[in-house]
Amino acid sequence: MTTEPTTQTPSPSVAEQVRVPGRPAVRLAGASWVLRLRMLAVAVVGLALLVLVMAVNIGRGDFPISVGEVLQVLAGGGTRAQQFIVLDLRLPRSLTGVLVGAALALAGAITQSITRNPLATPDIVGITAGASVAAVSVIVVGGSYGALSGPLADIGVPVAGLLGAFGTAVAVTLLAWKRGIESYRLVLVGIATHWLLLSVTFWLLTLGDVTDAGRAMIWLTGSLSGRGWEHVQPVALALLVLVPPALIGSRVLGALQFGDDTARGIGVRVTPARALLLVSAVGLAGVATAAAGPVVFVALAIPQIAMRLCRTAQPPLIVSAVLGALLTVTADLLARTAFGGAELPVGVVTAVLGAPYLMYLLARRYREVRA
Amino acid sequence: MRGHVIDPSPTPQGAAAPATNVTRAGDVRAMAARRRRRLLGLAAVLALLVVACLLSVAVGAKQIPLDNVWHALFQPTGTEDDVVVRSLRLPRTLLGLVAGIALGVAGALMQGHTRNPLADPGLLGVTYGAAFTVVLGIYALGVTSLYGYVWFGFVGALLASVGVFLLGSVGRGGPTPVTLALAGAAMSNLLYALTAVVVLLDSQALDVYRFWKVGAIAGRDPDLVVQVLPFLVVGLVVALANAPGMNALALGEDVARSLGHRVGLTRGLGIAAITLLTGATVAVCGPIGFIGLVVPHVARLVVGADYRWILPYSGLLGATLLLLADVAGRVVARPGELQVGIMLAVVGVPFFIVMVRRRKLVRL
Repeated sequence: MTTEPTTQTPSPSVAEQVRVPGRPAVRLAGASWVLRLRMLAVAVVGLALLVLVMAVNIGRGDFPISVGEVLQVLAGGGTRAQQFIVLDLRLPRSLTGVLVGAALALAGAITQSITRNPLATPDIVGITAGASVAAVSVIVVGGSYGALSGPLADIGVPVAGLLGAFGTAVAVTLLAWKRGIESYRLVLVGIATHWLLLSVTFWLLTLGDVTDAGRAMIWLTGSLSGRGWEHVQPVALALLVLVPPALIGSRVLGALQFGDDTARGIGVRVTPARALLLVSAVGLAGVATAAAGPVVFVALAIPQIAMRLCRTAQPPLIVSAVLGALLTVTADLLARTAFGGAELPVGVVTAVLGAPYLMYLLARRYREVRA
Repeated sequence: MRGHVIDPSPTPQGAAAPATNVTRAGDVRAMAARRRRRLLGLAAVLALLVVACLLSVAVGAKQIPLDNVWHALFQPTGTEDDVVVRSLRLPRTLLGLVAGIALGVAGALMQGHTRNPLADPGLLGVTYGAAFTVVLGIYALGVTSLYGYVWFGFVGALLASVGVFLLGSVGRGGPTPVTLALAGAAMSNLLYALTAVVVLLDSQALDVYRFWKVGAIAGRDPDLVVQVLPFLVVGLVVALANAPGMNALALGEDVARSLGHRVGLTRGLGIAAITLLTGATVAVCGPIGFIGLVVPHVARLVVGADYRWILPYSGLLGATLLLLADVAGRVVARPGELQVGIMLAVVGVPFFIVMVRRRKLVRL
């Protein structure tokens, strides 16, 4: 987590005297953390809320199931019908929401930390725009010109999104590469590429007929509609593979915050550390975008919200992931149920829910925070 | 373009240099030389802009030779070329000119006030404020005229921007770069989401929105340009008056305050200028955001960190880029055309990336 760079202490007796004022430290074998009770509390409350909202989300629908029964089914009980509805029909959708939200928020927290820019999201390496171009071309070309038919188009969209995201990320990195990666240059090249691809996306929207444009709009705002286990698995796998390196790499985030030169001066190997973090962020955001579309606002706002809730100096990773999952699932619940028969894409609701909260936190301004 | 790639070592502290008490004659000479180079560069950009204007009038589905353009501008006799030039090409070129200047200047102000290289003129919620009111007007009130879109868009842009400024200013300390940027991003996302709701509910609004969204300067009524012109002029004057204050703010708020600048006033004026410039442009042309993002970076690469130079360079470069992109859009898809918003990104991004790779970066 976000500790100060640990100093080698000559003897245990000195180590006991070295304390961060007001913050108890946890020491386990060779590692040590600053214990932040507030962060812990936010994470625990967030997790509890997440389980509750998930249970409510799974329960609501044409065949309502109470929260208690949902939890029973998840623990292995319940009738056959309930098991089928919960485990096969509704759980995958909620799980996709949880994983996608967590992945996007984590990716956002990492990119905001390494670029030291509160506006930076995985967009800065063109993830969203690359995925959007690829997916919208499949939707528009597949729909209006009949080049791809039904089932093929359905598989094609996520796969195209994934390829688009990673292809763009690689291209941006190579274009910004000049004897190593400087984050300022990366940001500029990335945002330019983002605009280029976004313009192409909007141009594609004007090509097809209006129904295809509508389908593309739904994809572009991010949707969890009809997501099954086949969407859960890749995202879960990506999280399993990518979260550990991200958390290991995050050890240096505190040092990177002082700028590249200072970080280098206090002994951080900046280029490999940042490359590791960037690769994890790109992977997380790319897979999440492919699974649910670019669910807007999560990657941008959640790290900032988490930072203000925990009162830390930079976005906390794990809390961001928990809150990202919470926001996405809550938004999905509202998107499904709050508007009667009509179902909105989840990305619409994430922003409608998240933006006022971020505004409120900004207005309260606990203290000056400069990311 | 060689002419204005001049300043070999744009110093980040360039903003402060003119204010310091220079005593040595060498420094004075160096400063004079730098000023001369900057003026020459400005003249070169201006010349380029004139060329872009001429191209914009001459090139299109119907090619018009330059002597006929001249003829149409100064002694029209009602020939076919005269009609095309005076009723179609000229208004479009003028709109491109003012829109480019407005967006370039607004982008430079925006990046300066938020001190964020990712800021574009739409960051204060202007773009999506306009988008939301336009689609809302179509959905709820059945607005169908272009005039309706323009004024709905303008009002939306103003409201969103004022909202962001208030939101970024509450709490102690007034508006800071970070709160402004975040409040703007939050507002933009909120309005984008609401726009998406309306567009998904109403396919007629979607049909207008998807064409509005790409941004274009073609087919706009000349009267419309005249109507928004006062807002643009006022915005431009306020923006230029804002430049010395921006230089002080670039040193940090505390330093600026101790130098005797009224930080709150400077910020407020800057935001007002951005709102007027961007709001009016977005209302007429749709969101052409890319220009305001890229052009200030290019200007900074050329002249360093002095806003008194960045702002004019940004304006002129913005207009040049916009017009050239518009011409390119007419050439590539002849006899039809690609909207300028798309062409801008296609033309501008490779140029920008080459620029960013080759030059030493000037940080905000």
